[in-house]
Amino acid sequence: MKDEVTSTEERRENLKGMGCARKRVEDVRFTQGKGNYVDDIKMDGMLFGDFVRSPYAHARVTSINKEAALAIPGVVAVLTAEDLAPLGLHWMPTLAGDKQMVLADGKVLFQGQEVAFVVANDRYAASDGVEAVEVDYEDLPVVTDPFKALEPDAPVLREDLEGQTEGAHGPRKHHNHIFTWEQGDEAATEQVMSTADVVAEEMVYYHRTHPNPLETCGCVASMDKVTGKLTLYGTFQAPHAIRTIVSLISSIPEHKIRVVSPDIGGGFGNKVGAYSGYVCSVVASIVTGKPVKWVEDKMDNLMSTAFARDYWMKGKIAATKEGKITGLHCHVIGDHGGFDACADPTKFPAGFFNICTGSYDIPTAYLSVDGVYTNKAPGGVAYRCSFRVTEAAYFIERMIEVLAIKLDMDSAELRRINFIKKEQFPYQSALGWEYDSGDYHTAWDKALEAVDYKALRAEQAQRIEDFKAGKTRKLMGVGLSFFTEIVGAGPVKNCDILGLGMFDSCEIRIHPTGSAIARLGTISQGQGHATAFAQIIASEIGIPADDITLEEGDTDTAPYGLGTYGSRSMPVAGAATAMASRKIKAKAQMIAAYLLEVHDDDVEFDVDRFAVKGNPERFKTMKEIAFAAYNQAIPGVEPGLEAVSYYDPPNMTYPFGAYICVMELDVDTGEHEIRKFYALDDCGTRVNPMIIEGQVHGGATEGYAIAMGQEIAYDEMGNHKTATLMDFFVPTAMETPTYQTDFTVTPSPHHPIGAKGVGESPNVGSVPAFSNAVHDAFRAFGLVQSHMPHDHWRVWRIADELGLHG
Amino acid sequence: MIPAAFEYHRPADLASALSILNTHGDEARVVAGGHSLIPMMKLRMTEIGHLVDLQDIASLRGIEVTSDSVVIGAMTTQHELITSDALATALPIIREAALLIADPQVRYMGTLGGNVANGDPGNDMPGLMQCLDARFTVEGADGPREIKARAYYESAYFTAREEEEILTKVTIPLPAAGHGFAYEKQKRKVGDYATAACGVIVSGDGASVAMTNLADTPIWSEQAGTALAAGDVDGAVAAALAAIDPQEDMRGPIAFKRHVAGVVIRRAMERALTRAKG
Repeated sequence: MKDEVTSTEERRENLKGMGCARKRVEDVRFTQGKGNYVDDIKMDGMLFGDFVRSPYAHARVTSINKEAALAIPGVVAVLTAEDLAPLGLHWMPTLAGDKQMVLADGKVLFQGQEVAFVVANDRYAASDGVEAVEVDYEDLPVVTDPFKALEPDAPVLREDLEGQTEGAHGPRKHHNHIFTWEQGDEAATEQVMSTADVVAEEMVYYHRTHPNPLETCGCVASMDKVTGKLTLYGTFQAPHAIRTIVSLISSIPEHKIRVVSPDIGGGFGNKVGAYSGYVCSVVASIVTGKPVKWVEDKMDNLMSTAFARDYWMKGKIAATKEGKITGLHCHVIGDHGGFDACADPTKFPAGFFNICTGSYDIPTAYLSVDGVYTNKAPGGVAYRCSFRVTEAAYFIERMIEVLAIKLDMDSAELRRINFIKKEQFPYQSALGWEYDSGDYHTAWDKALEAVDYKALRAEQAQRIEDFKAGKTRKLMGVGLSFFTEIVGAGPVKNCDILGLGMFDSCEIRIHPTGSAIARLGTISQGQGHATAFAQIIASEIGIPADDITLEEGDTDTAPYGLGTYGSRSMPVAGAATAMASRKIKAKAQMIAAYLLEVHDDDVEFDVDRFAVKGNPERFKTMKEIAFAAYNQAIPGVEPGLEAVSYYDPPNMTYPFGAYICVMELDVDTGEHEIRKFYALDDCGTRVNPMIIEGQVHGGATEGYAIAMGQEIAYDEMGNHKTATLMDFFVPTAMETPTYQTDFTVTPSPHHPIGAKGVGESPNVGSVPAFSNAVHDAFRAFGLVQSHMPHDHWRVWRIADELGLHG
Repeated sequence: MIPAAFEYHRPADLASALSILNTHGDEARVVAGGHSLIPMMKLRMTEIGHLVDLQDIASLRGIEVTSDSVVIGAMTTQHELITSDALATALPIIREAALLIADPQVRYMGTLGGNVANGDPGNDMPGLMQCLDARFTVEGADGPREIKARAYYESAYFTAREEEEILTKVTIPLPAAGHGFAYEKQKRKVGDYATAACGVIVSGDGASVAMTNLADTPIWSEQAGTALAAGDVDGAVAAALAAIDPQEDMRGPIAFKRHVAGVVIRRAMERALTRAKG
């Protein structure tokens, strides 16, 4: 047999298991236009829904007249809040413990808010119907600034909450206040600040932006009136959670609901929450008895479904004069828009922002976050990051730079002095987390050496001389970033969403001929799950990854799980996959021992087989074992070879990395050029290096966009100014920098295969690297802090305010 | 992003197109590459009863280079402008500018006529045509007439062309042999309109300077050209800046745009001068 002459190494390679840069199995269909996205779904008699949206940011809705719309040929129905109220569906719960209007109930709170839902035979008639619905508005004073929203005489935005002094997360201090969230020791931190050698203080704003998946949000709801079963196809990052939530709010029993997430064209946090379109499509399908499709267009997406960030972070950082950090104080004003529709674990209204002590051993810290309502779109989702971790990383990496300026120190050295040391792990942070593992100094040294940091500083010093001498109009910035993420939510003891515990799951069935199917509670949005998870099974069980089908996203077949966001798939479902594999392996061992007529303990696993200890020529391959599992009567062993595992992680995982950006800036035009971008990631065990590299490229490109131009902007009237891709910056291949990737490997001690997750690290880590490069270029001329995005005019403004335009 | 219903016409010759325009009056609009009009229709900012697609009218295409001028059919695409070697030899500034318009996909569809006809201040070709002192031929029921590019633009989206006239071709007099040229454009990203752009031609006969997206029409500055011809770059930049009237938008505030315009104009002038000497 071929097996017998194949070396161990060849057998291992044949599996394409963990560590293999296996090509993505999904890409065959994606690159040929053969994916199956929500908008590809076509059903007999399917109707189309579209929204009438508010042109005002804050207004009373005095009347809605449907008549002209209903008279348009093809228009079937027009739903308003009045129609949904008898069903109790004119409002819906948000994931953050607030509630949100499904359709405008007497008033609107942001431009683009859903006012009426027009259902028609085709998209064109629906669009004509939207134009024909007559809505009368009475405009109200608009508040787009969260600080003004908290002034005593600010207009009341949420009249439905008037008089409610207790919110979902404790007391409300003001009629536009949502919650206060505190962590750490305030008194001790104040004490540190008052006695410190040096205290640096700065306001750091992380502007509002948007995840902007290329595929927008959408769904097809289909109620089968005969069986009473609702099937809901949609762009859901958490299909099982959606099923439970739909059941809870609609009173349809959960077994009569099937939620399917087909191929998803990017999520980045935008597709975690529940949207009006889903509720309206379900209601419309129930009312009409026909399938109803709703798909946003790009403007709808940028204006109404979940934005990200918008955090005003006031920081104070204390240190000795030698640069040892002694304390950190942070107060955040979070602008949540008209409704609090963040998608955070319920007990964490500001997500995991309390990771804001970063990668540093800061003994004393205090954090408080105030959530505020404004006349902007709701959201505050984790745009390719674990909950509010990007904001936290940006905050601390800016504060380090601000402190370095105050101390007149090199910020690379300041970081080195303050890193948590390798031997301090597991490390208990002052704001309540237990970091699982890390080796920051090794990563930092490797990064600085890779870019030849000293040479860069020498070149920069020369450039400054040349600039001052009038020989050049370009400055050079070296942007440093060292980040620690907290991902893999999370332990059910403290992580849930609307009461749903944040475990995840994997079910594996080995077929009699030795191939397999695995199903997970997560859902890929482009991450390559079908490729990577099969590699874990391949290594754990010893069947080739190419022989494993992986399915996700159909709640009728996949085991229950909380979905994919917050880099949780590998830390949680990846662990479940390894654990389910091990259950199968344990049974396979018993079967192998029986077949080889030895005791269970006398066989050992060897890549793709169990062999008799000390006698490797006597073995049974996994293929043989699988066949026997189904077709041979084995005393005391049930037929079949399958397992399911639900994994409740004991802790989060803490990936980290060192990113360095070298940037050229034209002080006259504000233009930039990214000369170098180096990204070192430590995500623990690396399952597929090629997918990791792809994730780093993608996330860093998003980070580049956010730092250098991407924003959701409103004018004072609450008009949305960036609702198209003309003004909402998405880099093309021409703008995208070239990336140099690198890695270290510090496995997670508590994860079955030591993996930590990587998808979001590059967004978290790159934004401070880009932004710090801009700041660094102007440091010699006195710049301390300038808010993102660093688009041409804002960079020009920095130079102008520093007097560099003569 | 779905337009209201409209009738679609695709005439095979100019007479038929003009006849449709005459029949439907201001309910009809011609469409060339569609990059300005179609988005406006999808946003329902413009409702058009009759859309007259010019793409089947062969007489509206083509590039003809003669000894003293270049004649370009209105339906000639940006891609065709870029790939014409005869045009690149006679008027290299057109290739330089066209390569800065949008991206290849847009340039396969976008046409010279569409770019200059409707008076969108963001478009690059109107300023360039003013720089080159081009003449637009428009044709209506009464036959063709010529309008100088420098007299064509009245304000944003308002031009000297009558509603029922079709812009059929662009005639560009050839600058003197060995002329210097440059088209400089700053933009936020590929596909964007200019934050500031400037076209410059210099030769023994004089100089011409025109700017894009720095007012609600393209701006041709005679004084800037005069100063530049006299070798006074500082004076030329100052004259050009005196002629512009930029507005604040997402690209930045007015002071920034003025500053960038100064840089872009100067770079265009210096590059054109270098090339003229070369």
